Amino acid sequence: MFLTGDEKAMLDGAGGVAKQKAMELLVRYAQALGAERFVDTKNIAGVPGSSTLFLQKYFEEHAGDGSFEAVFSLYDLDAGEVMAVPEASGNCCHLQGGMDLAHWADLGMSREAMQHQQADEAALARHGVRIMKTCTPYLAGNLPVKGEHCAWMESSAVVYCNSVIGARTNTEGRESTSAAMLTGKIPDWGFHRDEHRRATHLIEVETPVESVMDWGMLGYFIGGAVEEDIPVLSGAIRQADPLRHKHFGAAAASSGGVEMYHIVGVTPEAASLEMALGGRKPVATIKYGPEERRRVYETLNANGRDANVDYVMLGCPHASIEQFREVAQLLDGKKIKTHLWMFTSRAVKTVADMSGFTKKIEDAGGLVMTDTCSAIARAVPKGTKIVALDSAKQTHYLPAMVDVGAWFGTTEDCIHAAITGRWAGELR
Amino acid sequence: MIVLHGRGIVGGCAEGEALVTRETISGWGGIDPMTGTVIETRHELRGQSFKDKILVFPGAKGSSGWSNAFHMTRLTKSAPLAMVFNQMTTKIALGAVVTRVPAVTELDQDPLSVIETGDWVKVDGDRGVVEVTKKRF
Repeated sequence: MFLTGDEKAMLDGAGGVAKQKAMELLVRYAQALGAERFVDTKNIAGVPGSSTLFLQKYFEEHAGDGSFEAVFSLYDLDAGEVMAVPEASGNCCHLQGGMDLAHWADLGMSREAMQHQQADEAALARHGVRIMKTCTPYLAGNLPVKGEHCAWMESSAVVYCNSVIGARTNTEGRESTSAAMLTGKIPDWGFHRDEHRRATHLIEVETPVESVMDWGMLGYFIGGAVEEDIPVLSGAIRQADPLRHKHFGAAAASSGGVEMYHIVGVTPEAASLEMALGGRKPVATIKYGPEERRRVYETLNANGRDANVDYVMLGCPHASIEQFREVAQLLDGKKIKTHLWMFTSRAVKTVADMSGFTKKIEDAGGLVMTDTCSAIARAVPKGTKIVALDSAKQTHYLPAMVDVGAWFGTTEDCIHAAITGRWAGELR
Repeated sequence: MIVLHGRGIVGGCAEGEALVTRETISGWGGIDPMTGTVIETRHELRGQSFKDKILVFPGAKGSSGWSNAFHMTRLTKSAPLAMVFNQMTTKIALGAVVTRVPAVTELDQDPLSVIETGDWVKVDGDRGVVEVTKKRF
């Protein structure tokens, strides 16, 4: 592959051994992809050096060192030695993490694990990484511009970045983002290139899509239909707010591998159907009508077994401030019978606290947590058998990760279940 | 014996029994990295482990934790012996690189049609060659 002068210099060790190992990993990765060159990136969102107790103990046992620098060197950079890790370059943020540092006990975490995360976080901050701790960096202070080359992890953030913002990122992984933080390089492949951003499949939407639940269901349907290809939506569809895009993209990236979508007349690279398709014909045209909608609803509720709900989980992807407003209004002056955990970023929680939303949710008996979610933390309240969810993505993952039944519906359905202890949602 | 030619993306050689799926695999949330078992609800391989198998599959889907989940299987000694796949993505390229097992793609015949679970498969990631010996009944 073609390497620029500064890339060759890093490979030769001119920037120190950590940058050299980071470049070596990026070259192995780029060659596996078949990329011909790198692009420069200053906007990187990953999970650098963060380690579970398993990883820390593994490297203590096998390398005699479980420190942040050891995990970053041996695991993130896949290097054979522990190196001094220099400060990250550019705008680098840490995505979601394993627990809320205030509510670790509710999540069933040990004090040891909590202290380990605190130490990790302090090390990250020393290395120039912003402690954003969210799957929604675009709602918490990292908002790129159209055309900006990024290196992001988190499939729901990636699809938002490409589709809604028009910035450019592939679905990067932990190791590639950590290497990019040191080098400012990422393979010039896939979504960094114009020719890979054109739609392949035309989705004819023939039923109105209005609610957040409906956007989630449409996304879940499309992910299953196109897998990792690029859909363009046309028909009975209008501009959506960021919340609806968030739920739509997250769902499409879970049931399939959708990393970019177009909506004619809405998203930045789809002023027309022809523009979205790049002048080509779609490889397939897929209809989404009332029958498809009903089938997606049934699929998402396939793990719903018992109408008695123990736990309501909200905030996947991390709740936006308008979701807090809705939940706070629905819970105002009420008491809940189930557990209710609502997950968000630290930035949005700060605003929710100051806006009085957090207090209303907590007064009703709910808990607002940051950094993580039930699937990431693999944590549900003790004894949970049935959970109610308003996220197609969380519904896809959670029953497989912790053995629970799950109902999927609107936020209102979920709050109703929290107040009554019974699931009464249905497709309306 | 059937010989398929493609592009090796991670070098090295391995041979063993094939585990074949026509469904893409999720990493994070789709497998248990401690055992190499597929856990995704409704996946045709649910409950089966790819540990010490030649994993033959269309490609990767789902979370960006794909590389991390497969990287973990290397640490827990639950990784597949090799990967043979069709669709190139950043998830699978990075995942194969850090799992450090031989991996081949862009084959001249569809491995999902040629290879069945239980076939004996030899993967040469340096030359991009996959040799298949059909299982005997």
